[in-house]
Formats: sequence, structure tokens, C-alpha cells
Amino acid sequence: MNAIEIEDLNVDYNNVNVLKDINLTIENKEFVAIIGPNGGGKTTLLKAILGLVKPSTGEIRIYGNRQKNKSKFIGYVLQFTKFEKAFPIDVFDVVLMGRLKSSIKIFYKYSKEDIEYAKNIMNMLDIYAFKDRQIGQLSGGQLQRVLIARALCMETKILLLDEPTACLDEQSKVNIYEILKELNKDMTILIVSHDTSFVFSYIDKIACLNQKLFYHGEPELNKNTMDKVYGCPVDAIAHGDIPHRVFRSHEGEL
Amino acid sequence: MMLSGGMAHAAFGGIGMGYFLNIEPIIGALVFATVSSLGVVAIKEKSKASADTIIGMFWTLGMALGIIFISLTSGYPPDISSYLFGDILTVSKMDLYIMGVLDCIVVFIVMGFFNYIKAYLFDKEFSDIIGINIKLIEYMVFLFIAFSVVVLIRVIGIMLVIALLTVPPAISKLLTYNLRNIMGLSIIFGLLFSLLGLLLSYKLHIASGATIIIVSVCAYIISLVAIKLLKRDVIV
Ligand SMILES: Nc1ncnc2c1ncn2[C@@H]1O[C@H](COP(=O)(O)OP(=O)(O)OP(=O)(O)O)[C@@H](O)[C@H]1O
Ligand SMILES: [Mg+2]
Repeated sequence: MNAIEIEDLNVDYNNVNVLKDINLTIENKEFVAIIGPNGGGKTTLLKAILGLVKPSTGEIRIYGNRQKNKSKFIGYVLQFTKFEKAFPIDVFDVVLMGRLKSSIKIFYKYSKEDIEYAKNIMNMLDIYAFKDRQIGQLSGGQLQRVLIARALCMETKILLLDEPTACLDEQSKVNIYEILKELNKDMTILIVSHDTSFVFSYIDKIACLNQKLFYHGEPELNKNTMDKVYGCPVDAIAHGDIPHRVFRSHEGEL
Repeated sequence: MMLSGGMAHAAFGGIGMGYFLNIEPIIGALVFATVSSLGVVAIKEKSKASADTIIGMFWTLGMALGIIFISLTSGYPPDISSYLFGDILTVSKMDLYIMGVLDCIVVFIVMGFFNYIKAYLFDKEFSDIIGINIKLIEYMVFLFIAFSVVVLIRVIGIMLVIALLTVPPAISKLLTYNLRNIMGLSIIFGLLFSLLGLLLSYKLHIASGATIIIVSVCAYIISLVAIKLLKRDVIV
């Protein structure tokens, strides 16, 4: 069964069309990257999948269902975290938030299993050492891993990540992709990324989004599609498994 | 913080109404604070205006209503100033009962839903994504703030509620970043300041509410300086 099916999706913000006629099917346990320019509607697409923004027309099905409560199926790492960094909460508590269930239970305490689960994930992401730190006392990359850990704690079948590697160094990026690749054995992953240089060696399919869906398929792009999507030459193209960068002139940028 | 100020002043409308209708003012205050806290949440949702804007409206509306009610009441109510600036000596038995019940409700809500409230306060959007009914939690949070404010009004007065709700947590935050500990410490500090303030006001024959605030703010400044000094020692 397909993990996500999007049919004729249109999203408007105050009558401005942001997503136009999107049709996209993501198979179970696929690893898909969404690329596209700033303002192309990538975040909006993820939010539509989550049900955080209402589509003007069209339909989104998660494992064939249209139900409203999608949290059972989808974990999400946001692009911008809106929380207050000074909030009195430590890393472990933040990760544990992912174990909260949607039904509110009085005097709810995290169970031993919850704590064990969170511990394992934190070890896997190499953040267990920071577990007692206040959340504001982390570097950007560490915080990003904490947020990924929190999403993984939800134990969902689908994971959406919105530019999870935006402020990481090359080594951490590779780490994150390695982890995601590992996780991909059991879950469907949809990632928004500008790491066009090496995302290709990890993913199954790529989707190029700029209001419309320009391309969806194997991660082999030709210059034409990339130019169309970005409206300017792009510096990366990959073939097969070994990524290599092809730099081209960047007239249109900045 | 803005919220507690708003609630306190909205409650003033209730006190005025209480006098006008000749019922216990604290009940009027409770009704007004509750209605306005729920009102803020409801309107916020419908209109997408920021919470601060709406709270500001309730704040001024409450004051205005209070003044109108009081002016409609024959004669200036003798102890209205005790609500404005607080006077623990005028607290009646009825007040005590109401305060006790409200306290229990607040403690119960906070302890019972601690993890959800923490998640909501920290990251609303994520709480929403994992499917928690954040509206329910939001109502709860606003409600228990309203209740806390009503309890405090009687002791230290509308004007000074904000200080006693913010200073103890501010000091606690200097010492720990665990929410549970902050709450515990705040209660201890709050108690300490209140007792100390009371003692001073009794000895010096000055207003109790104002004394409590002065004690709290002094304590905050002292602890700020103390922690600065301690940190320097550690570094040297
Ligand atoms: N809440 C909103 N109200 C109105 N317009 C919005 C809103 N959120 C996004 N937009 C607009 O929708 C368009 C798509 O935004 P979106 O955030 O989906 O882009 P994006 O592809 O994620 O960009 P980036 O690479 O910068 O993250 C933009 O033109 C943006 O201005
Ligand atoms: Mg985005």
C-alpha cells in the first residue's frame, strides 16, 4: 500500500496560490527528497500532509485513509522551531515529548518503556550525553538531532523532515543521512533539503517543487529540469550512487 | 505575565459588580476572571489576533466595568482599596474557603496534567502535531492562571498580583531549569516573601500587600547579585 497519496492538491494562502495541482504518490518505505527554491511551497506541502494547513482542493491519503488525526502515522521535524530557547526544560524531557499520546490522561507518567525507548534513540543519535542540559544550551546541530530524536520517539511509519541539516557541518550531515538511511529500512521518509550535492546518494526518489511539481522520479536530473525548478542554474547533479558536483555559472543568484 | 495582569484587572470589574449586586466581591472577581480567561482563548482562536491584544482589551474593559459598577453603587464601598492594594487582615472566612477550593483545583490541574501542560507551554505546534487537544490544555492553563490571580487579589491586591506571580519563578529560574523544581521553589519563595512581608508590615504598621512586594523585589535583586558573585568565585 502507498504511504502517501496526493491528488490534485491546491493550497492557497489568502487567495495566493502556493501549491498548484500537485499529484504525488510515495510508496511504503521510500526515501524521498523534496527540493526547490525558497518559497517554493515545500514546507506548505509537508504541512498539508500533516493536516496543519487546509487544502483548497484535492485530497491527501495516508495509507489509504483520509482521517484527520494523522499523528499516529507521521512524525515531523519542523524547519523553524518556534519554542522559547530559555524555557526551563531539559533535553531528555524534550525527547520524551514524542512519547506523549494524543489522548490526554490524567496523572500521565512516562512508562519505563517510554524512557528506555527515548534512551535508545538518543544513544543512536549520539545525544544521550546532553540529556540533562537545558534545551537552549545546545549547538544548532545538537538541537537538530534532539528534534529528530523527538520525532523518532513517536514511533510512526512516516517521518517528515523539513531541512533537518540546514545548519550542520558536512560530517554531521553525513551522519544524519546515514541514520536516516538506516531508519529507512522500517519507515517512509520524506525530507526537504537543499543539500543537492549529496542527498542523491541516499534517496530513492526526488521531487522538485516550485508551486507546481516539476519532476518526480529517480534522482537523475538534467540541467533543464533543475533550471526550470529553480529558475537559475543549480550547482549539483548526481548520477547513480556516486555524487559529484558540477559547478556552473551562477548569474541569477543572490 | 501580561495574562495575569489582564485577569487581575478584569477581575476588578467583577468586584465592582459584586458590590453592586451586594454579593461577595470575590465571587464577582472569580466569575469575571474565569469568563475573561475563557474569552481570551475563544476570541484568539476565532480572530487570530495575538493573545496580548485581546488580554489588553479585557484588562481595560474590566477596569471600566468595575468603575461603572462602583459608581452605580450607593456610597463608596469602604474596603474597595483592600482589593486594589490588598489587605490580608480583611480576608473573611468565606474568602478563605473560596481560596482553599481554588488552590486545590489549581494544584490538581497542574499535577494531573503536568506533562501535557509542559509540552504545551514549551512547543505548541509539536503538541498539536502529536494530536494532543491543545485547545483543552490552553483553556486549562488560562483557567488556572485566572484562579491563581483571584486567590492573590485578596491578599496583595489587583495592582500587585503580577509581582507575586513573577518574582518567585524568576528567582527560581536563576537556580534551576527544571520546571518541576521551579514550581516547587516558587511556592517556597512565595510563602517566604508573604510571611516576611506580613511580619514587617505588622511591625512597621504599613500596608501588607505593598510590603510583600517590596520584600520580593529586594529578594530578587539580592539573589541576582549573589549569583553573579558566586559565579565569579567559581571562575577565578
Ligand atoms: N502562513 C502563511 N501565510 C501566507 N503566506 C504564506 C504562509 N506561509 C507561507 N506562505 C507563502 O507560501 C509560499 C511557500 O512557502 P513555503 O514556506 O512552503 O516555502 P518553502 O519551499 O518551504 O521555502 P524555504 O525553502 O524558504 O523553506 C511562500 O511564497 C510564502 O510566502
Ligand atoms: Mg520551508
